[in-house]
Amino acid sequence: MNHAVRETQQMDIRIDSDVVRVRQVVRECAQRVKLSLVDQTKLVTAASELARNTLLHGGGGHATIELVHDGRRSGVKATFRDEGPGIPDIALALVDGWTSGSGLGLGLSGSRRLVDEFDLASQPGKGTNVTVVKWAR
Amino acid sequence: MPANADRAHRLSGLLADNAGTLLQRWVQLAGAELQGRLTVAELERDLRELLDTLLPVAGRQAADVRTGADFTELNTVLTELSRRRARQNLTPTETASSVFALKQAVFELTEQDDDPALFRELITFSSLLDSLGLLTFEAYTRAREEVINEQEVQLLELTTPVVKIWEGVLAVPLVGTLDSGRTQVVMEKLLQSLVDTGSEHAIIDITGVLAVDTQVAQHLLKTVVAARLMGAECTISGIRPQIAQTIVALGIEFGDITTKATLADALRHALRSDGLSVVRRDQVGA
Repeated sequence: MNHAVRETQQMDIRIDSDVVRVRQVVRECAQRVKLSLVDQTKLVTAASELARNTLLHGGGGHATIELVHDGRRSGVKATFRDEGPGIPDIALALVDGWTSGSGLGLGLSGSRRLVDEFDLASQPGKGTNVTVVKWAR
Repeated sequence: MPANADRAHRLSGLLADNAGTLLQRWVQLAGAELQGRLTVAELERDLRELLDTLLPVAGRQAADVRTGADFTELNTVLTELSRRRARQNLTPTETASSVFALKQAVFELTEQDDDPALFRELITFSSLLDSLGLLTFEAYTRAREEVINEQEVQLLELTTPVVKIWEGVLAVPLVGTLDSGRTQVVMEKLLQSLVDTGSEHAIIDITGVLAVDTQVAQHLLKTVVAARLMGAECTISGIRPQIAQTIVALGIEFGDITTKATLADALRHALRSDGLSVVRRDQVGA
């Protein structure tokens, strides 16, 4: 995913209220690139899921929110990184309803459906990196 | 430049001898900064306490402020002062300025003296005050953080009213961001209110909720199931188009839970299931 980056915001995800902050920053970015209301809500919801995953499963980490441009359209790119236990079986983690905890098991798989681009990289013992992009139509 | 331990610290002596006039001048200078936002009596009490604890260590180095054992009391007094200022809604600059105002008062006191040793002591003292000023900044920020945390707790209670909108019908309008803490409070309050009022219908209105993610949805689902177990029917209303589309894309199933677009629809639904309907008066007689 190589896109021209216009602006970058970094934030830590350490406590519950950081998830709220991530959501607010993403919403603000989504409004700035003029995503439709539906797309804004989808991106914010995906960011919320992924930020919470970073916190709950990754034991905390970082989020990077970027305004990106690919020549034709602009969008918002969000990256979530943690140095947690990682995901042993990525294919399994992306199955609807599969959960390692007590959640609905839709966070990761659902987020993929909410965004335009989704990239998940994880190494057991090293951590997880999820990148999503939503483009303005 | 450290004060020579063998020689008496002139400045300390000077400050102690003139403590009374120094305090008056300090109060005057600090008061000017605050523009009447604190009474003179309040300010004088604060600064007197500060001066009393500062005088014994006036000859020390700025570097000792954080580590020196004899600074413990001064640190405590200063932290308390900053904490009070934060709660009185003064800015950190105003808080630190009170400390810095002492410099001016001390300079005025020593202005006539041209002893180079005293001048060196004065410079050391000045940087000591700088460190103390910075300390108030830190204490001030910590105090503010405490205030914010308290407000967060209060917000938990505040933003979740359970209202009775009809005989036997309760509604909870949810607003803003739902995190686990808040949804937990909502759920408990709603279930308790169902018992207290003997209501058979509960409506959870999410018009004011910005986003429904899996965690929020799970909390909602659990609340509905719990309400059902208590014999009440629970409806979720106020699902806006963008939220509906997001829920579908996420893959969340609401199953057989009744959902309505607006609170009005949900109320009508509750009334209807109680055998009531709302009709125009002129149609009743016809």
